[in-house]
This record gives sequence, structure tokens and C-alpha cells, in this order.
Amino acid sequence: MSLTLKDRTTRSMPEPAGSRQRHPADRLFQAAVHAAAWLPIAILGATVVFLLVQAWPALTHYGPFSSLGSIGWAPSRAITESTSPNPYGLLQFIYGSVLTALIAMAIAVPASIAVALYLTDVAPRVIRRPLAHLVDLLAAIPSVVYGFWAIFALAPTLRPLGEMLGRTLGAVPALGAVFAGPFYGYSYLTAGIVLAIMVLPIITAICREVFATTPVPRKEAALALGATRWEMLRMAVLPPARAGIIGACTLGLGRAVGETIAVTMVIGNNVTGINPSLLAPGATMPSVLANELTEATQPFHLESLFVVALWLLALALAVNVAGRLLVRRGHREPR
Amino acid sequence: MTTTTTVTTSAATASAATARAVAGPVRRLRRRRLTNTAMTVTLALVTAAAVAALIWVLSYVATQGLPTLGPAFLTRTPPGNPAQSGGGFLNGIVGSLEIVGIATVLAVPPALATAVHIVEYGGRLARIVSFVTDVLVGLPTILTGALVYTIWVTRFGFSGLAGAFALALIMLPLVTRSTAEMLRQVPQSLREASLALGITKARTITAIVLPTARSGILTGITLAIARAMGEAAPLLLTTLGNDLFLEADPRQRMSTLALQIFTNAVTGYRTAQSRAWAGALTLIAIVVILTVTARLLPGRHPRRGR
Repeated sequence: MSLTLKDRTTRSMPEPAGSRQRHPADRLFQAAVHAAAWLPIAILGATVVFLLVQAWPALTHYGPFSSLGSIGWAPSRAITESTSPNPYGLLQFIYGSVLTALIAMAIAVPASIAVALYLTDVAPRVIRRPLAHLVDLLAAIPSVVYGFWAIFALAPTLRPLGEMLGRTLGAVPALGAVFAGPFYGYSYLTAGIVLAIMVLPIITAICREVFATTPVPRKEAALALGATRWEMLRMAVLPPARAGIIGACTLGLGRAVGETIAVTMVIGNNVTGINPSLLAPGATMPSVLANELTEATQPFHLESLFVVALWLLALALAVNVAGRLLVRRGHREPR
Repeated sequence: MTTTTTVTTSAATASAATARAVAGPVRRLRRRRLTNTAMTVTLALVTAAAVAALIWVLSYVATQGLPTLGPAFLTRTPPGNPAQSGGGFLNGIVGSLEIVGIATVLAVPPALATAVHIVEYGGRLARIVSFVTDVLVGLPTILTGALVYTIWVTRFGFSGLAGAFALALIMLPLVTRSTAEMLRQVPQSLREASLALGITKARTITAIVLPTARSGILTGITLAIARAMGEAAPLLLTTLGNDLFLEADPRQRMSTLALQIFTNAVTGYRTAQSRAWAGALTLIAIVVILTVTARLLPGRHPRRGR
């Protein structure tokens, strides 16, 4: 009895009746499958260990956290004997990664929730599925195509807007630094907008799954009490979905932080420092890896790139673990 | 007389009172309806904007790529001098098919086995592995590239095989996740019926459970292949690219379609860029065909590719 109950919850297969004298082939199969199950853990473990081993010389040479305390990436100034200051500063990459991801989230989060609500509860029934497929198709377009499109189609379209922002807001005393020109198209802002388009289908898809779990009686109750459809969405669909939405956004954030090729193509790859303007070129952690890893020649250059990879891994792991836990909780939450 | 006036006045005051009492809720109802309409329109407009972005990207790539895309583009390699026009991405197309093919062969069997363990055997390890798989799906693929760079490229150099290895590591969690999702949808009664006949658990899985979930599993694999086709970042660190000639030996540096688009797009040559546009159109066509095929396969489907 307790066995069946347990099986219901874990959804694993019950043991066959004569499981004490099992067929050798059966035991072999189970052993093989069991061994394969260690692979994902091994991959994650190997990533952590090998990146750490590669980064180790730079970490010990310059001190483990010195790269986090300095701005500017200058391999040409690296000298084998010199340990301080660390020429391989990381702050500008972390700034670039965080800023572009924030721009992307500022655009993509409200848009994704709106699209998901429209696709699950508002759109006419006939067009729901085809529209959902179209939005999913946004996720199918390869990163390199987004980057290429952004250089030639998006950046020229943004240029008048960027120049206008630079002229108007750029002149305001405090805000001015954030929108200071000139704007050449390659910038944090352009990268952020491309990222927004790329994470939108991901956040939308998870939000749709979460919204679809709203019990129909709950929605009917809201409508029966005289709520309009928007009020029904606001009162019956959105509140219980909160954990799921936050999880979806966190997973989208993870994607935005790790996106490489599209960002590398439009951010301008300025590794020398932090420019406070959104319209200025910069760099992110993945972009510097893509640009320099195969061409690292200076002392501690390659090792310092692996320090970048290590911090990127730490950031991505934190964001993804948090996102997964939130999405799981969002799905399980009793309503 | 007086009574009538009193009645009318009282009626008038009463209706005025009702009007006053009703005016508030009516106005509020009107406002609520207005909010509802406004929000419905907003939601529709945002969705339209998302679809417009898709159409913008697709149409832009199509108009840029179509003039160059032709039989010659698919059957020739690029000219030695990038400033020359003509030539094609045959080396990239062959490289993509070959590298992704090897990656699929490497990734699918262990991914199926892992999914079988997660769903059919269960237990603590299964729950942990399931979670780790979910986390792996979200990790930046450039890190996988960096991993393969340290354990392979630093010893054996850049090669198509190294790239295939990196792509296999990226595909493994994707296939595991979609397969596990499909196995969970196989009715428990099928397993019980098979076991009740005295069939071993291994036979039940290979002869009953996996075939039942087959089309869904194939969908997941196809979506993972589509995803691998578009990856450029990890290949940049592992196969490096080979823009000059057709290389079919995976032990050598190879080109892939995505890599070739990247390297040609960022050169200053208009001719190279127009080849890159045709390449981008080819890549989108391959990925979209794979994605649509995956959705058209009969039976239940995993919800998403990623």
C-alpha cells in the first residue's frame, strides 16, 4: 500500500513482483542507465573544476578578488613579474552584462507578460495557436542572425532616436551622463534591445504555461461576480502566477546574461572602461570571451579570460538555480 | 391637489436620489469597461509588436539574402579573396551537417538513458539529476565552449570533433529534459500491464515505454538539432572555422554555417556580407524547417525546445 502511494508521487515504475531474483540483463540495464544519470552532474562539475584550474594561475598571481576591484582590461600592459595593479579588471564587463540584461528585462518582462496573457485568455480562440507558434519562432532564430540583423537593420533605425536622446536628455544636468552622445549604433542600448527580443519568447513561453494552470472555476468565479475580463486577469490569473512569473523572468535574465554572439556583434567591444552613457560602446563577460579566448598571447591573458568565465559561471549558476526553484514552486503552489 | 404635488415632488426627489445613487456606480462601471477595453487593446498591440519584430527580422534577412542565394551558393566555396563576389558557403553547410550529426550521435543515447533513469527509476539521484539538467539548459553555451577548449583544444588543437563534442554537451541536457517530459506522459497502466505479464523492467522500458513516447522524443531531438545548428559561440572556441576550402575531415578545423555567417558579417567587405546574408537565410530556412517538422510529427509533444 505504502509502495503504491510512493510510486504515485515519484511517478517511477513499480518493481516487478519477483524483483529479488532479477534477470542479469535487467540489472545490467539498470546499472547502465544509472551510470548515464551521473553525466549531467559530471558535466556541471567538470565545468566548475576545469574553469577553476585554468583560472588558478591568474587568481593566485593577482589575488583572487583583485580583478573585481579594478576597471579596465589592458592585456598589453600586463608584465609577467608585476602583480599589482591587476591589468585585467572585470568591473566593466560585469557592468556591461548587468546593464544590457537590465535594459532587456525592462522591455521584455512587461511585454512577455502581456503577450502571454493575450495568448492564453484574450485573443480570439482561432488565432491563439498560430500566434503562439509565431512567438515561439522568435526563439528559433539563431543568435548570429539576430546580431547580423541588429548591425544592419536595428542600429540604423535606432540612430535617429539615439541622437535625439543625446540632444535632449543628454543636455539635462544629472541625467545627461546616461544619455550622452555621440551615438554610432554600437552601444549598451542596442545590445539590450536585441536581448529583449531574444528573451521575450522564452519568458512568454514559461508565463503561458503558468497562466494556463489557473483553474477555470477561479476565472469563472471572478467573471460571475461581475469582473471585466481585465479585472479577471488581474485578480484571478496574475496573483497566483507571481512566483512562476518571477521564475520565468529569472530564467530570461540567465539567458540575457549568457548570450554571446548577438551581443558581441552590436555592443562595440570597448574593454577599456565603464562609460556611464547607454549610447556608448561597451563589452560584456561573454563578448570578451568570444573575442579574445582564441587569440590570448599576453602574460596571464588566457588565465584572466578564464577568471572572466569563472565569474560568468557563478553569475549564471546563481540566476539559473534561483529561476528553476521559483518556477518549480510556481507550478506546485496550491491554488 | 396638495397630495399630488407632494407625491410628484417626493417622486422627483426619489428619482433624483436614485440618479445620484446610481450615477457613481454607472460612472465607475463605464470607467471599468474603458479600462478593460484599453488593456485588451494594449495586450493585442504588444503581441502585434512581437510578431512585427519576427516579421521584420525574417523579411530583412530574406530581402538581403535572396539575391545571392542560389544553386551556386549552395554548391561552391567562398572565393579566396573576400572582396570578390560569387562563391558560396558549401564548406559551412557541409561542416554544420557533419558536426551537428556527430554531436547528435554522441548526445542522444546518454540523454535517453538519463531521462529513463529520471522518470522510470526515480529516487534521490533522479531528482538531483533532473534539477541539474534544468540548470545546464540555462548555462551560457560559451562556457561549454571554454570547457571543451581547456580539455580538448589545448591538447589536440582546433577540430570539427572538438566542436561536435561541445555541441553534444549542449544538446545532452536539452534532449534529456524533453525526453523525460515525454516519458512522464506515458500512462502508468501500460507499465503495470507489462510488469503484470512478468516482463522485466528493462524490457518494459525498451519495448513498451520508449516506443510509446517515440514521436515526442523525436520532436525533442529535432528541436535540439535545430538549436545546435544555430550555435556559433562554442564553435568559435573549438572548431575555430575554416573559411577557405571544403574540409570534410572532422579531425581538422572546419567551418559551420553559423560560424561562417559570423566571420563574414563582421568583415568590411560588402561581397562577404552579401554571402553572409544568403547564409543567414539558409540557416533560418534549415532551423525553421526543423522546428516545423518537429511540431508536425504525430503524437504528443514536449512543450518547448529550450
